[in-house]
Amino acid sequence: MTAHNSVDSYCLGIESTADDFGVAVVSFEGKVLSNANDAYMPKEGGIHPREAARHHAEVSEKVLTEAFDKAEIKPRDICLVAFSQGPGLGPCLRTGATAARALASYLDVPLVGVNHCVGHIEIGKLATGATDPVTLYVSGGNTIVSAFEAGRYRIFGETLDIAMGNCLDVFARAVGLQQRKGAPFGAVVEELARKGKQFVSLPYTVKGMDLSFSGLLTASVQAFQSEKYSLEDVCFSLQEVAFSMLTEVTERALAHTQKPEVLLTGGVAANKKLQSMLKVIAEEHDARFCVVPLRLAADNGAMIAWAGILAYKSGISTPVEKSFVNVKWRLEEVIAPWVEGR
Amino acid sequence: MRLGLRDDKLVLIKKGAEASLYLEEWHDRKVIMKRRLPKKYRIPELDLMIRSQRTMHEPHIIHKAKEAGVPTPTIFMVDVADANIVMEFVEGKQVKEVLDNVSKEERLGLCILIGSLIGRLHKNGIIHGDLTTSNMILTPYGKVVFVDFGLSERSIELEPKGVDLHLMKRTLHSTHYKHAKECFKAVMEGYAEAVGQEETKKVTTKIREIEKRGRYVADRE
Repeated sequence: MTAHNSVDSYCLGIESTADDFGVAVVSFEGKVLSNANDAYMPKEGGIHPREAARHHAEVSEKVLTEAFDKAEIKPRDICLVAFSQGPGLGPCLRTGATAARALASYLDVPLVGVNHCVGHIEIGKLATGATDPVTLYVSGGNTIVSAFEAGRYRIFGETLDIAMGNCLDVFARAVGLQQRKGAPFGAVVEELARKGKQFVSLPYTVKGMDLSFSGLLTASVQAFQSEKYSLEDVCFSLQEVAFSMLTEVTERALAHTQKPEVLLTGGVAANKKLQSMLKVIAEEHDARFCVVPLRLAADNGAMIAWAGILAYKSGISTPVEKSFVNVKWRLEEVIAPWVEGR
Repeated sequence: MRLGLRDDKLVLIKKGAEASLYLEEWHDRKVIMKRRLPKKYRIPELDLMIRSQRTMHEPHIIHKAKEAGVPTPTIFMVDVADANIVMEFVEGKQVKEVLDNVSKEERLGLCILIGSLIGRLHKNGIIHGDLTTSNMILTPYGKVVFVDFGLSERSIELEPKGVDLHLMKRTLHSTHYKHAKECFKAVMEGYAEAVGQEETKKVTTKIREIEKRGRYVADRE
Protein backbone atom coordinates (compact mmCIF):
# COMPACT_ATOMS: atom_id res chain seq x y z
CA MET A 1 0.00 0.00 0.00
CA THR A 2 1.31 3.45 -0.78
CA ALA A 3 0.67 5.96 1.94
CA HIS A 4 -0.66 9.38 1.09
CA ASN A 5 1.78 12.01 2.22
CA SER A 6 1.28 15.15 0.17
CA VAL A 7 0.36 18.64 1.30
CA ASP A 8 -3.17 18.13 0.03
CA SER A 9 -3.98 15.02 2.04
CA TYR A 10 -6.75 15.34 4.60
CA CYS A 11 -8.26 12.95 7.08
CA LEU A 12 -11.77 13.11 8.45
CA GLY A 13 -11.97 11.93 12.05
CA ILE A 14 -15.17 10.86 13.78
CA GLU A 15 -15.35 10.55 17.56
CA SER A 16 -18.38 9.06 19.29
CA THR A 17 -17.27 6.98 22.28
CA ALA A 18 -19.48 8.62 24.88
CA ASP A 19 -21.42 11.89 25.19
CA ASP A 20 -19.50 13.81 22.53
CA PHE A 21 -20.07 13.56 18.81
CA GLY A 22 -17.10 15.16 17.12
CA VAL A 23 -15.97 15.50 13.53
CA ALA A 24 -12.69 17.06 12.47
CA VAL A 25 -10.59 17.59 9.39
CA VAL A 26 -6.85 17.25 9.94
CA SER A 27 -4.10 17.49 7.32
CA PHE A 28 -1.50 14.74 7.02
CA GLU A 29 1.06 17.24 8.32
CA GLY A 30 -0.88 17.60 11.55
CA LYS A 31 -2.79 20.82 11.00
CA VAL A 32 -6.26 20.84 12.55
CA LEU A 33 -8.48 22.55 9.97
CA SER A 34 -11.73 22.08 11.83
CA ASN A 35 -12.90 20.37 14.99
CA ALA A 36 -16.70 20.41 15.24
CA ASN A 37 -18.56 18.97 18.20
CA ASP A 38 -21.99 18.50 19.71
CA ALA A 39 -22.36 17.04 23.19
CA TYR A 40 -25.32 15.08 24.48
CA MET A 41 -26.58 16.71 27.67
CA PRO A 42 -28.77 14.44 29.77
CA LYS A 43 -31.55 16.29 31.62
CA GLU A 44 -30.68 14.30 34.71
CA GLY A 45 -28.28 11.54 35.71
CA GLY A 46 -25.37 10.25 33.66
CA ILE A 47 -25.06 9.20 30.05
CA HIS A 48 -27.79 6.87 28.85
CA PRO A 49 -25.98 4.99 26.05
CA ARG A 50 -29.01 4.61 23.77
CA GLU A 51 -30.14 8.18 24.27
CA ALA A 52 -26.61 9.43 23.57
CA ALA A 53 -26.44 7.30 20.41
CA ARG A 54 -29.77 8.76 19.27
CA HIS A 55 -28.38 12.24 19.87
CA HIS A 56 -25.29 11.42 17.81
CA ALA A 57 -27.38 10.18 14.90
CA GLU A 58 -29.52 13.32 15.02
CA VAL A 59 -26.62 15.78 15.02
CA SER A 60 -24.27 13.86 12.73
CA GLU A 61 -25.28 15.66 9.55
CA LYS A 62 -25.04 19.08 11.21
CA VAL A 63 -21.64 18.38 12.77
CA LEU A 64 -20.26 16.87 9.56
CA THR A 65 -21.36 19.90 7.53
CA GLU A 66 -19.84 22.21 10.10
CA ALA A 67 -16.52 20.35 9.96
CA PHE A 68 -16.37 20.63 6.15
CA ASP A 69 -17.46 24.29 6.14
CA LYS A 70 -14.93 25.37 8.75
CA ALA A 71 -12.12 23.46 7.06
CA GLU A 72 -13.16 25.01 3.74
CA ILE A 73 -12.70 21.77 1.87
CA LYS A 74 -15.07 19.54 -0.07
CA PRO A 75 -15.81 15.94 0.88
CA ARG A 76 -13.91 14.88 -2.25
CA ASP A 77 -10.69 16.33 -0.76
CA ILE A 78 -10.78 13.73 1.99
CA CYS A 79 -8.47 10.78 1.39
CA LEU A 80 -8.85 8.92 4.70
CA VAL A 81 -11.67 8.40 7.19
CA ALA A 82 -10.78 7.60 10.80
CA PHE A 83 -13.23 6.69 13.54
CA SER A 84 -12.99 5.75 17.18
CA GLN A 85 -13.44 1.99 17.29
CA GLY A 86 -13.26 1.65 21.09
CA PRO A 87 -13.17 1.56 24.03
CA GLY A 88 -16.48 3.21 24.83
CA LEU A 89 -20.25 2.83 24.94
CA GLY A 90 -21.43 0.33 22.33
CA PRO A 91 -24.43 2.19 20.88
CA CYS A 92 -22.45 5.45 20.66
CA LEU A 93 -19.44 3.81 19.03
CA ARG A 94 -21.66 2.05 16.50
CA THR A 95 -23.29 5.32 15.45
CA GLY A 96 -19.91 6.88 14.67
CA ALA A 97 -18.65 3.71 13.01
CA THR A 98 -21.72 3.54 10.77
CA ALA A 99 -21.21 7.12 9.61
CA ALA A 100 -17.49 6.47 9.02
CA ARG A 101 -18.12 3.30 6.98
CA ALA A 102 -20.74 5.03 4.85
CA LEU A 103 -18.47 8.01 4.16
CA ALA A 104 -15.42 5.91 3.37
CA SER A 105 -17.41 3.75 0.94
CA TYR A 106 -19.09 6.74 -0.66
CA LEU A 107 -15.81 8.66 -1.07
CA ASP A 108 -13.99 5.43 -1.93
CA VAL A 109 -11.16 6.14 0.51
CA PRO A 110 -9.54 3.89 3.12
CA LEU A 111 -11.01 3.51 6.59
CA VAL A 112 -9.01 3.28 9.79
CA GLY A 113 -10.29 2.35 13.22
CA VAL A 114 -8.59 4.24 16.04
CA ASN A 115 -8.22 3.36 19.70
CA HIS A 116 -9.74 6.25 21.65
CA CYS A 117 -6.95 6.25 24.29
CA VAL A 118 -4.26 6.33 21.62
CA GLY A 119 -6.11 9.34 20.16
CA HIS A 120 -5.83 11.27 23.43
CA ILE A 121 -2.12 10.50 23.75
CA GLU A 122 -1.26 11.32 20.13
CA ILE A 123 -3.13 14.62 20.02
CA GLY A 124 -1.38 15.61 23.26
CA LYS A 125 1.98 14.82 21.70
CA LEU A 126 1.11 16.69 18.51
CA ALA A 127 -0.08 19.80 20.33
CA THR A 128 2.77 19.99 22.85
CA GLY A 129 5.66 18.58 20.86
CA ALA A 130 6.22 15.81 23.40
CA THR A 131 8.04 12.85 21.87
CA ASP A 132 8.31 10.12 24.50
CA PRO A 133 6.29 11.04 27.58
CA VAL A 134 4.85 9.35 30.61
CA THR A 135 1.18 10.12 29.97
CA LEU A 136 -1.52 10.64 32.55
CA TYR A 137 -4.79 10.27 30.66
CA VAL A 138 -7.73 11.28 32.81
CA SER A 139 -11.29 11.65 31.62
CA GLY A 140 -14.86 10.68 32.39
CA GLY A 141 -14.30 7.11 31.28
CA ASN A 142 -10.59 6.47 31.68
CA THR A 143 -7.75 6.92 34.17
CA ILE A 144 -4.49 5.54 32.81
CA VAL A 145 -0.79 6.12 33.39
CA SER A 146 1.11 4.91 30.37
CA ALA A 147 4.42 5.14 28.55
CA PHE A 148 5.71 3.75 25.29
CA GLU A 149 7.81 0.63 25.68
CA ALA A 150 8.72 -2.01 23.08
CA GLY A 151 6.22 -1.14 20.38
CA ARG A 152 3.16 -0.27 22.43
CA TYR A 153 1.79 2.20 24.94
CA ARG A 154 2.13 0.17 28.13
CA ILE A 155 -0.15 0.71 31.08
CA PHE A 156 1.78 1.33 34.28
CA GLY A 157 -1.22 2.09 36.43
CA GLU A 158 -4.94 2.56 36.04
CA THR A 159 -8.16 2.80 37.98
CA LEU A 160 -9.49 -0.41 39.46
CA ASP A 161 -13.07 0.87 39.51
CA ILE A 162 -14.43 4.21 38.29
CA ALA A 163 -12.58 6.87 36.31
CA MET A 164 -11.40 10.15 37.82
CA GLY A 165 -13.81 12.25 35.78
CA ASN A 166 -16.67 9.91 36.59
CA CYS A 167 -15.90 10.31 40.30
CA LEU A 168 -16.11 14.11 40.00
CA ASP A 169 -19.29 13.96 37.88
CA VAL A 170 -21.16 11.60 40.18
CA PHE A 171 -20.06 13.55 43.25
CA ALA A 172 -21.22 16.83 41.71
CA ARG A 173 -24.59 15.37 40.81
CA ALA A 174 -25.02 13.78 44.25
CA VAL A 175 -24.45 17.09 46.03
CA GLY A 176 -26.83 18.90 43.71
CA LEU A 177 -24.46 20.87 41.47
CA GLN A 178 -25.43 21.82 37.95
CA GLN A 179 -23.24 21.80 34.88
CA ARG A 180 -23.45 24.51 32.28
CA LYS A 181 -22.39 24.78 28.66
CA GLY A 182 -18.68 25.48 28.83
CA ALA A 183 -18.51 24.55 32.51
CA PRO A 184 -18.77 20.78 32.97
CA PHE A 185 -19.04 19.24 36.44
CA GLY A 186 -15.27 19.05 36.80
CA ALA A 187 -14.94 22.79 36.28
CA VAL A 188 -17.76 23.51 38.75
CA VAL A 189 -16.06 21.37 41.43
CA GLU A 190 -12.72 23.05 40.69
CA GLU A 191 -14.29 26.48 41.12
CA LEU A 192 -15.73 25.56 44.53
CA ALA A 193 -12.52 23.80 45.59
CA ARG A 194 -10.60 27.03 45.16
CA LYS A 195 -12.70 28.54 47.95
CA GLY A 196 -12.16 25.57 50.28
CA LYS A 197 -9.78 25.96 53.20
CA GLN A 198 -10.25 23.17 55.67
CA PHE A 199 -9.02 19.70 54.80
CA VAL A 200 -11.51 16.91 55.41
CA SER A 201 -9.89 13.50 55.84
CA LEU A 202 -10.95 11.20 52.96
CA PRO A 203 -9.77 7.72 51.91
CA TYR A 204 -6.58 7.70 49.87
CA THR A 205 -6.39 4.48 47.85
CA VAL A 206 -3.29 3.62 45.86
CA LYS A 207 -2.65 -0.10 45.41
CA GLY A 208 0.79 -0.48 44.00
CA MET A 209 0.48 1.35 40.71
CA ASP A 210 -3.30 1.22 40.54
CA LEU A 211 -5.93 3.56 41.91
CA SER A 212 -9.41 3.29 43.29
CA PHE A 213 -11.90 6.16 43.43
CA SER A 214 -15.18 4.56 44.45
CA GLY A 215 -14.50 4.73 48.21
CA LEU A 216 -13.36 8.31 47.90
CA LEU A 217 -16.57 9.17 46.04
CA THR A 218 -18.80 7.62 48.71
CA ALA A 219 -16.85 9.23 51.55
CA SER A 220 -16.97 12.65 49.87
CA VAL A 221 -20.73 12.49 49.37
CA GLN A 222 -21.19 11.33 52.96
CA ALA A 223 -18.93 14.10 54.28
CA PHE A 224 -21.15 16.66 52.56
CA GLN A 225 -24.38 14.99 53.68
CA SER A 226 -23.18 14.94 57.30
CA GLU A 227 -23.53 18.76 57.20
CA LYS A 228 -20.33 19.02 59.21
CA TYR A 229 -18.36 20.48 56.35
CA SER A 230 -19.00 23.12 53.74
CA LEU A 231 -19.32 22.05 50.11
CA GLU A 232 -16.24 24.14 49.30
CA ASP A 233 -14.15 22.24 51.85
CA VAL A 234 -15.35 18.86 50.59
CA CYS A 235 -14.60 19.81 46.96
CA PHE A 236 -11.18 21.05 48.04
CA SER A 237 -10.40 17.84 49.94
CA LEU A 238 -11.77 15.56 47.22
CA GLN A 239 -9.50 17.21 44.68
CA GLU A 240 -6.47 17.17 46.98
CA VAL A 241 -6.83 13.45 47.72
CA ALA A 242 -7.73 12.34 44.19
CA PHE A 243 -5.05 14.39 42.46
CA SER A 244 -2.40 13.38 45.00
CA MET A 245 -3.21 9.76 44.16
CA LEU A 246 -2.84 10.47 40.43
CA THR A 247 0.39 12.37 40.97
CA GLU A 248 1.92 9.64 43.13
CA VAL A 249 1.31 6.95 40.53
CA THR A 250 2.53 9.18 37.70
CA GLU A 251 5.69 9.95 39.65
CA ARG A 252 6.35 6.28 40.22
CA ALA A 253 6.03 5.58 36.48
CA LEU A 254 8.32 8.52 35.78
CA ALA A 255 10.94 7.32 38.26
CA HIS A 256 10.76 3.84 36.77
CA THR A 257 10.88 4.76 33.08
CA GLN A 258 12.99 7.95 33.35
CA LYS A 259 11.14 9.44 30.40
CA PRO A 260 11.98 13.04 29.42
CA GLU A 261 8.40 14.34 29.52
CA VAL A 262 5.16 14.17 31.48
CA LEU A 263 2.02 14.61 29.39
CA LEU A 264 -1.38 15.34 30.87
CA THR A 265 -4.29 14.61 28.54
CA GLY A 266 -8.05 13.89 28.54
CA GLY A 267 -10.97 15.96 29.79
CA VAL A 268 -9.73 16.32 33.38
CA ALA A 269 -6.44 17.75 32.03
CA ALA A 270 -8.25 21.10 31.99
CA ASN A 271 -8.02 21.20 35.80
CA LYS A 272 -5.46 23.78 36.90
CA LYS A 273 -4.89 22.20 40.29
CA LEU A 274 -4.02 18.84 38.75
CA GLN A 275 -1.73 20.60 36.27
CA SER A 276 0.17 22.36 39.04
CA MET A 277 0.71 19.14 41.00
CA LEU A 278 2.06 17.22 38.02
CA LYS A 279 4.31 20.12 37.16
CA VAL A 280 6.02 19.72 40.54
CA ILE A 281 6.95 16.08 39.99
CA ALA A 282 7.98 16.71 36.38
CA GLU A 283 10.42 19.37 37.56
CA GLU A 284 11.77 17.15 40.32
CA HIS A 285 12.62 14.48 37.77
CA ASP A 286 13.98 16.93 35.20
CA ALA A 287 11.16 16.13 32.82
CA ARG A 288 9.31 18.65 30.69
CA PHE A 289 5.69 19.11 31.73
CA CYS A 290 3.24 19.12 28.82
CA VAL A 291 -0.50 19.60 28.98
CA VAL A 292 -2.93 19.22 26.12
CA PRO A 293 -4.59 22.55 25.21
CA LEU A 294 -8.16 22.99 26.43
CA ARG A 295 -9.76 22.75 22.98
CA LEU A 296 -8.20 19.31 22.48
CA ALA A 297 -8.55 18.03 26.05
CA ALA A 298 -12.06 16.55 25.94
CA ASP A 299 -13.16 13.94 23.39
CA ASN A 300 -12.83 15.36 19.89
CA GLY A 301 -12.63 14.35 16.25
CA ALA A 302 -9.18 15.85 15.71
CA MET A 303 -7.48 13.32 17.96
CA ILE A 304 -9.12 10.47 16.07
CA ALA A 305 -8.15 11.96 12.71
CA TRP A 306 -4.54 12.48 13.81
CA ALA A 307 -4.12 9.01 15.33
CA GLY A 308 -5.72 7.64 12.14
CA ILE A 309 -3.19 9.48 9.99
CA LEU A 310 -0.28 8.13 12.05
CA ALA A 311 -1.57 4.58 11.79
CA TYR A 312 -2.31 4.90 8.08
CA LYS A 313 1.11 6.35 7.31
CA SER A 314 2.67 3.27 8.88
CA GLY A 315 0.57 0.98 6.72
CA ILE A 316 -2.43 0.33 8.94
CA SER A 317 -6.03 0.48 7.68
CA THR A 318 -9.26 -1.23 8.66
CA PRO A 319 -11.25 -3.07 6.01
CA VAL A 320 -14.99 -2.48 6.41
CA GLU A 321 -15.62 -6.14 7.22
CA LYS A 322 -13.23 -5.83 10.18
CA SER A 323 -14.48 -2.45 11.35
CA PHE A 324 -16.79 -3.69 14.12
CA VAL A 325 -16.44 -1.71 17.31
CA ASN A 326 -14.54 -3.05 20.32
CA VAL A 327 -16.05 -1.64 23.51
CA LYS A 328 -13.26 -3.03 25.68
CA TRP A 329 -10.30 -2.34 23.44
CA ARG A 330 -7.34 -1.89 25.77
CA LEU A 331 -4.63 0.64 25.09
CA GLU A 332 -1.75 -1.82 25.23
CA GLU A 333 -3.36 -4.12 22.68
CA VAL A 334 -2.55 -1.55 20.02
CA ILE A 335 0.71 -2.06 18.16
CA ALA A 336 2.04 1.40 17.41
CA PRO A 337 4.73 1.23 14.70
CA TRP A 338 4.53 4.99 14.12
CA VAL A 339 6.03 5.80 17.51
CA GLU A 340 9.75 6.33 17.60
CA GLY A 341 10.36 5.51 21.22
CA ARG A 342 12.30 3.03 23.18
CA MET B 1 20.34 14.29 65.87
CA ARG B 2 17.13 12.39 66.38
CA LEU B 3 17.45 8.64 66.72
CA GLY B 4 21.19 9.10 67.19
CA LEU B 5 21.60 9.33 63.43
CA ARG B 6 23.95 11.77 61.79
CA ASP B 7 22.60 13.23 58.61
CA ASP B 8 26.08 13.98 57.24
CA LYS B 9 26.96 10.29 57.32
CA LEU B 10 23.90 9.07 55.45
CA VAL B 11 24.68 7.17 52.28
CA LEU B 12 21.83 7.01 49.79
CA ILE B 13 21.60 3.52 48.37
CA LYS B 14 18.20 3.59 46.68
CA LYS B 15 15.96 6.47 45.68
CA GLY B 16 12.42 5.40 45.00
CA ALA B 17 9.43 7.51 44.06
CA GLU B 18 7.95 7.07 47.50
CA ALA B 19 10.84 6.39 49.87
CA SER B 20 14.60 6.54 49.95
CA LEU B 21 16.96 4.04 51.55
CA TYR B 22 20.09 5.12 53.37
CA LEU B 23 22.92 3.07 54.76
CA GLU B 24 23.92 4.21 58.23
CA GLU B 25 25.83 3.28 61.37
CA TRP B 26 23.61 3.14 64.41
CA HIS B 27 24.90 2.03 67.80
CA ASP B 28 27.83 0.28 66.10
CA ARG B 29 25.50 -1.54 63.82
CA LYS B 30 25.07 -1.28 60.08
CA VAL B 31 21.46 -0.26 59.51
CA ILE B 32 19.13 0.73 56.73
CA MET B 33 17.12 3.84 57.22
CA LYS B 34 13.98 4.09 55.14
CA ARG B 35 12.80 7.67 54.87
CA ARG B 36 9.54 8.78 53.43
CA LEU B 37 10.26 12.33 52.43
CA PRO B 38 7.57 15.00 52.24
CA LYS B 39 6.06 15.55 48.80
CA LYS B 40 5.73 19.14 47.74
CA TYR B 41 2.72 18.54 45.52
CA ARG B 42 0.34 17.57 48.31
CA ILE B 43 -0.93 19.63 51.21
CA PRO B 44 0.89 19.11 54.55
CA GLU B 45 -2.09 17.49 56.33
CA LEU B 46 -2.49 14.83 53.66
CA ASP B 47 1.25 14.42 53.23
CA LEU B 48 1.76 13.71 56.93
CA MET B 49 -1.18 11.32 57.00
CA ILE B 50 0.09 9.23 54.08
CA ARG B 51 3.69 9.14 55.27
CA SER B 52 2.86 8.25 58.85
CA GLN B 53 0.27 5.62 57.84
CA ARG B 54 2.78 3.89 55.60
CA THR B 55 5.51 4.16 58.22
CA MET B 56 3.27 2.34 60.66
CA HIS B 57 1.92 -0.13 58.13
CA GLU B 58 5.25 -1.43 56.86
CA PRO B 59 6.82 -2.55 60.17
CA HIS B 60 3.49 -4.05 61.15
CA ILE B 61 3.29 -6.21 58.05
CA ILE B 62 7.01 -7.09 58.34
CA HIS B 63 6.23 -8.37 61.81
CA LYS B 64 3.28 -10.37 60.52
CA ALA B 65 5.59 -11.93 57.92
CA LYS B 66 7.94 -13.03 60.70
CA GLU B 67 5.01 -14.65 62.47
CA ALA B 68 4.28 -16.50 59.25
CA GLY B 69 7.83 -17.84 59.27
CA VAL B 70 9.21 -15.64 56.54
CA PRO B 71 12.56 -14.01 57.33
CA THR B 72 12.39 -10.20 57.18
CA PRO B 73 14.71 -7.47 58.49
CA THR B 74 14.60 -6.70 62.19
CA ILE B 75 12.99 -3.37 62.90
CA PHE B 76 15.01 -1.28 65.35
CA MET B 77 13.12 1.96 65.44
CA VAL B 78 10.00 3.50 63.98
CA ASP B 79 9.68 7.25 64.00
CA VAL B 80 6.16 7.94 62.83
CA ALA B 81 6.35 11.72 63.16
CA ASP B 82 9.30 11.92 60.78
CA ALA B 83 8.27 8.89 58.72
CA ASN B 84 11.57 7.06 59.29
CA ILE B 85 12.15 3.36 59.84
CA VAL B 86 15.50 2.07 61.07
CA MET B 87 15.98 -1.59 60.28
CA GLU B 88 18.60 -4.28 60.03
CA PHE B 89 20.96 -4.19 57.11
CA VAL B 90 20.69 -7.75 55.86
CA GLU B 91 24.12 -9.14 54.99
CA GLY B 92 24.09 -11.18 51.84
CA LYS B 93 23.48 -10.94 48.12
CA GLN B 94 20.40 -10.04 46.17
CA VAL B 95 18.84 -13.14 44.63
CA LYS B 96 18.92 -11.16 41.38
CA GLU B 97 22.73 -11.36 41.36
CA VAL B 98 22.95 -14.98 42.40
CA LEU B 99 20.26 -16.80 40.46
CA ASP B 100 22.02 -17.06 37.10
CA ASN B 101 25.43 -17.82 38.59
CA VAL B 102 24.86 -21.01 40.54
CA SER B 103 24.46 -24.65 39.59
CA LYS B 104 21.11 -25.84 38.30
CA GLU B 105 20.53 -27.78 41.46
CA GLU B 106 21.21 -24.78 43.69
CA ARG B 107 19.10 -22.55 41.47
CA LEU B 108 16.07 -24.79 41.63
CA GLY B 109 16.53 -25.29 45.37
CA LEU B 110 16.60 -21.52 45.82
CA CYS B 111 13.43 -21.11 43.75
CA ILE B 112 11.61 -23.80 45.71
CA LEU B 113 12.58 -22.00 48.93
CA ILE B 114 11.38 -18.65 47.56
CA GLY B 115 8.13 -20.24 46.42
CA SER B 116 7.48 -21.74 49.84
CA LEU B 117 8.14 -18.36 51.49
CA ILE B 118 5.68 -16.65 49.14
CA GLY B 119 3.23 -19.42 49.95
CA ARG B 120 3.61 -18.76 53.67
CA LEU B 121 2.99 -15.06 53.17
CA HIS B 122 -0.15 -15.70 51.13
CA LYS B 123 -1.42 -18.36 53.51
CA ASN B 124 -1.26 -15.74 56.25
CA GLY B 125 -3.03 -13.07 54.25
CA ILE B 126 0.06 -11.08 53.32
CA ILE B 127 0.55 -9.81 49.78
CA HIS B 128 4.10 -8.54 49.24
CA GLY B 129 3.21 -6.29 46.32
CA ASP B 130 6.68 -6.12 44.77
CA LEU B 131 8.05 -9.63 44.40
CA THR B 132 11.19 -9.07 42.37
CA THR B 133 14.49 -10.89 42.81
CA SER B 134 16.12 -7.65 43.95
CA ASN B 135 13.82 -7.60 46.97
CA MET B 136 15.09 -10.97 48.18
CA ILE B 137 18.44 -11.32 49.97
CA LEU B 138 20.29 -14.62 50.16
CA THR B 139 22.30 -14.64 53.39
CA PRO B 140 25.63 -16.46 53.84
CA TYR B 141 23.72 -19.00 55.92
CA GLY B 142 21.43 -19.90 53.03
CA LYS B 143 18.37 -18.09 54.33
CA VAL B 144 16.30 -15.91 51.99
CA VAL B 145 15.16 -12.64 53.55
CA PHE B 146 12.30 -10.70 51.97
CA VAL B 147 12.73 -6.94 52.06
CA ASP B 148 10.77 -3.86 50.98
CA PHE B 149 7.19 -4.30 52.08
CA GLY B 150 6.40 -0.77 50.96
CA LEU B 151 3.69 -1.89 48.53
CA SER B 152 2.35 -4.72 50.66
CA GLU B 153 -1.24 -5.25 51.70
CA ARG B 154 -3.35 -7.65 53.73
CA SER B 155 -5.65 -9.86 51.69
CA ILE B 156 -6.80 -13.45 51.49
CA GLU B 157 -8.34 -13.08 48.05
CA LEU B 158 -7.17 -14.92 44.98
CA GLU B 159 -6.73 -11.87 42.75
CA PRO B 160 -3.87 -10.13 44.66
CA LYS B 161 -2.15 -13.47 45.18
CA GLY B 162 -2.24 -14.02 41.43
CA VAL B 163 -0.95 -10.51 40.75
CA ASP B 164 1.85 -11.05 43.30
CA LEU B 165 3.05 -14.26 41.65
CA HIS B 166 2.53 -12.86 38.20
CA LEU B 167 5.02 -10.11 38.99
CA MET B 168 7.45 -12.80 40.18
CA LYS B 169 7.00 -14.57 36.87
CA ARG B 170 7.52 -11.37 34.90
CA THR B 171 10.71 -10.64 36.82
CA LEU B 172 12.05 -14.10 36.07
CA HIS B 173 11.25 -13.70 32.38
CA SER B 174 12.77 -10.23 32.08
CA THR B 175 15.80 -10.57 34.36
CA HIS B 176 16.56 -14.27 34.37
CA TYR B 177 15.21 -15.24 30.97
CA LYS B 178 17.70 -18.10 30.45
CA HIS B 179 16.20 -20.11 33.26
CA ALA B 180 12.83 -18.41 33.67
CA LYS B 181 10.65 -21.40 32.89
CA GLU B 182 12.32 -23.91 35.18
CA CYS B 183 12.68 -21.27 37.89
CA PHE B 184 9.00 -20.37 37.94
CA LYS B 185 8.05 -24.02 37.90
CA ALA B 186 10.22 -24.50 40.97
CA VAL B 187 8.70 -21.42 42.63
CA MET B 188 5.24 -22.91 42.17
CA GLU B 189 6.46 -26.24 43.47
CA GLY B 190 7.63 -24.54 46.66
CA TYR B 191 4.41 -22.56 46.80
CA ALA B 192 2.42 -25.79 46.71
CA GLU B 193 4.46 -27.13 49.62
CA ALA B 194 3.23 -24.21 51.70
CA VAL B 195 -0.38 -23.84 50.60
CA GLY B 196 -1.29 -27.25 49.18
CA GLN B 197 -2.05 -28.48 45.67
CA GLU B 198 -5.67 -27.37 45.52
CA GLU B 199 -4.96 -23.73 46.35
CA THR B 200 -1.95 -23.73 44.01
CA LYS B 201 -4.17 -24.90 41.18
CA LYS B 202 -6.58 -22.03 41.81
CA VAL B 203 -3.78 -19.47 41.94
CA THR B 204 -2.19 -20.86 38.77
CA THR B 205 -5.50 -20.51 36.93
CA LYS B 206 -5.72 -16.94 38.25
CA ILE B 207 -2.23 -16.12 36.99
CA ARG B 208 -3.17 -17.37 33.55
CA GLU B 209 -6.34 -15.26 33.64
CA ILE B 210 -4.34 -12.16 34.62
CA GLU B 211 -1.93 -12.75 31.75
CA LYS B 212 -4.77 -13.09 29.27
CA ARG B 213 -6.40 -9.83 30.32
CA GLY B 214 -4.02 -8.17 27.95
CA ARG B 215 -2.71 -5.77 30.48
CA TYR B 216 0.59 -7.55 30.15
CA VAL B 217 0.26 -8.39 26.49
CA ALA B 218 4.01 -8.67 26.00
CA ASP B 219 4.05 -11.61 28.36
CA ARG B 220 1.59 -13.72 26.43
CA GLU B 221 3.16 -16.96 25.43
